[in-house]
Amino acid sequence: MTSTATPLDIVTIKADFPILARTVRDGKRLVYLDSGATAQRPTQVLDAERAFLETSNAAVHRGAHQLAEEATDAYESARARVARFVGARPEEVVFTKNATEGLNLVAYAMSNAATSGPEAERFRVGPGDEIVVTEMEHHANLVPWQQLCQRTGATLRWFGVTDEGRLDLADLDELVTERTRVVAFTHQSNVLGTVNPVAALVERARQVGALTVVDACQSVPHLPVDLDQLGVDFAVFSGHKMLGPSGVGVLYGRSELLEALPPFVTGGSMIEMVRMESSTFAPPPQRFEAGVPMTSQAVGLGAAVDYLSVVGMERIAAHEHLLTEAALSALSEIPGVTVVGPTTMVDRGGAVSFTVDGVHPHDAGQVLDSVGVAVRVGHHCAWPLHRRMAVPATVRATFYLYNDLDDVTALVEGVREAQRFFGTA
Amino acid sequence: MQLDQMYQEIILDHYKNPHGRGLREPFDAESHQINPVCGDEVSLRVNLDGAHGTDPSATVVDVSYDGQGCSISQAATSVLTDLVIGRTVQEAFDVHAAFVELMQGRGQVEPDEDVLGDGIAFAGVAKYPARVKCALLGWMAFKDAVSRSTGKEETR
Ligand SMILES: Cc1ncc(COP(=O)(O)O)c(C=O)c1O
Repeated sequence: MTSTATPLDIVTIKADFPILARTVRDGKRLVYLDSGATAQRPTQVLDAERAFLETSNAAVHRGAHQLAEEATDAYESARARVARFVGARPEEVVFTKNATEGLNLVAYAMSNAATSGPEAERFRVGPGDEIVVTEMEHHANLVPWQQLCQRTGATLRWFGVTDEGRLDLADLDELVTERTRVVAFTHQSNVLGTVNPVAALVERARQVGALTVVDACQSVPHLPVDLDQLGVDFAVFSGHKMLGPSGVGVLYGRSELLEALPPFVTGGSMIEMVRMESSTFAPPPQRFEAGVPMTSQAVGLGAAVDYLSVVGMERIAAHEHLLTEAALSALSEIPGVTVVGPTTMVDRGGAVSFTVDGVHPHDAGQVLDSVGVAVRVGHHCAWPLHRRMAVPATVRATFYLYNDLDDVTALVEGVREAQRFFGTA
Repeated sequence: MQLDQMYQEIILDHYKNPHGRGLREPFDAESHQINPVCGDEVSLRVNLDGAHGTDPSATVVDVSYDGQGCSISQAATSVLTDLVIGRTVQEAFDVHAAFVELMQGRGQVEPDEDVLGDGIAFAGVAKYPARVKCALLGWMAFKDAVSRSTGKEETR
């Protein structure tokens, strides 16, 4: 990782996040280690939303009054900035409710391709076709594909995961074949922290003419990501995991693909012409944004990527690298603690999941909560992955730009406290 | 500290030395319950006396269970077996209703020790909404298993 990046000024950054100043559970300092679930928002994002609502709020892409014009400009400017942030063009960025909706959009549009024109041919799937996912997916990038297979008769296949928590690519060429229509995989696992080899997967998918769909929920907020350079066909991420508001996410699709993709949700704002008998549809991204969209949320997301860009994604990644390394090394020194996922920093991001012998994750999480440390416990919406790793549930700490080494220390002390409380240490 | 409020000694005792654990024969019906939030699960069997599960005066002869979960879910199931084995279905359902009321009361319900026995120790858990489901997992399985054995009678 870039050791040349100048370290973050955490005191200044923390001051931008008012929530981090509060206390929890009878005066404990809040140690927020659940940014993988949802990140906190800086004043700059909150202010941007409020300023928009106080000065320019109106329905976008409708009406010709001044407010409508300003609201549309604010919305489209947010799209342009988000696009630039991930190396895309504005027309390749579709605003959705969240990443989950983005993945469903692609999966349902693919079923709709069955009854659309010849331009949608490449999206059709049916019996004999295969969709390949991985065993480490969040349910959001698994269930929609299971459902697509159920609707169309296609077959679902998946990459396994090694004991270390890496994607098992040994049978890449047997899994991804001429029958494969989609390869859907996560860029960075929300449980293991593993960063997957996008280039290898994209290359194989291209060889066989399959579409790639990347779940970038845990990468775009934490690493510099250039979707164009990665060469993926579709990608999704959620605003609320990258300092932005909830209720807004992004579906990225390469222009030529979005041009040919049939709509999923239909209605106002996504049409070109409507007659009683039938309608034609607007070009992307509008074709995929039916109804009055979320507006202040998109504006907030624009402010969030501005914030991240000013701090610098390289520096954020380097900072998280440091914290993750410290957490892995401290946790591995505690007898009875087992990290689920890679224990080295090679191709690894800042999600650290672990189990504590004799202390159920719920109970460990409760003790951590009692000392102010907010972590996630359970299967983190990756139930098959937990089954694969042979653990019913884990405790997960995730780091972001506003965390520091004191937070890592609080986590480690909290885990020791849990062991003391349950009499296992 | 609130931790001691939630993890009363009684709860930790039941967790470390669970009562009635292990699946046993014979049984009339079995229920499998999962907490989708965390993946915790319990399989629970009930054995009612005679072949009259529809009868609220039937006696709960045995409750046996297995599963994996946190201290709260394990201890609550252990307490359940103490409270319902040897009681009539009607009595067991009354205890069930009292426990559910306690757990859903967000700490506002004063538990009656005569009815709930060791179950009163869960009053502190009721203040943590995220853990209420844990406490109720085995109890839901019990109610489900009894109604299943009832249903079986009716279709016979
Ligand atoms: C890897 C990954 N994919 C998908 C999602 C779903 O995101 P959302 O719930 O915002 O749609 C999440 C977040 O929980 C995630 O971590």
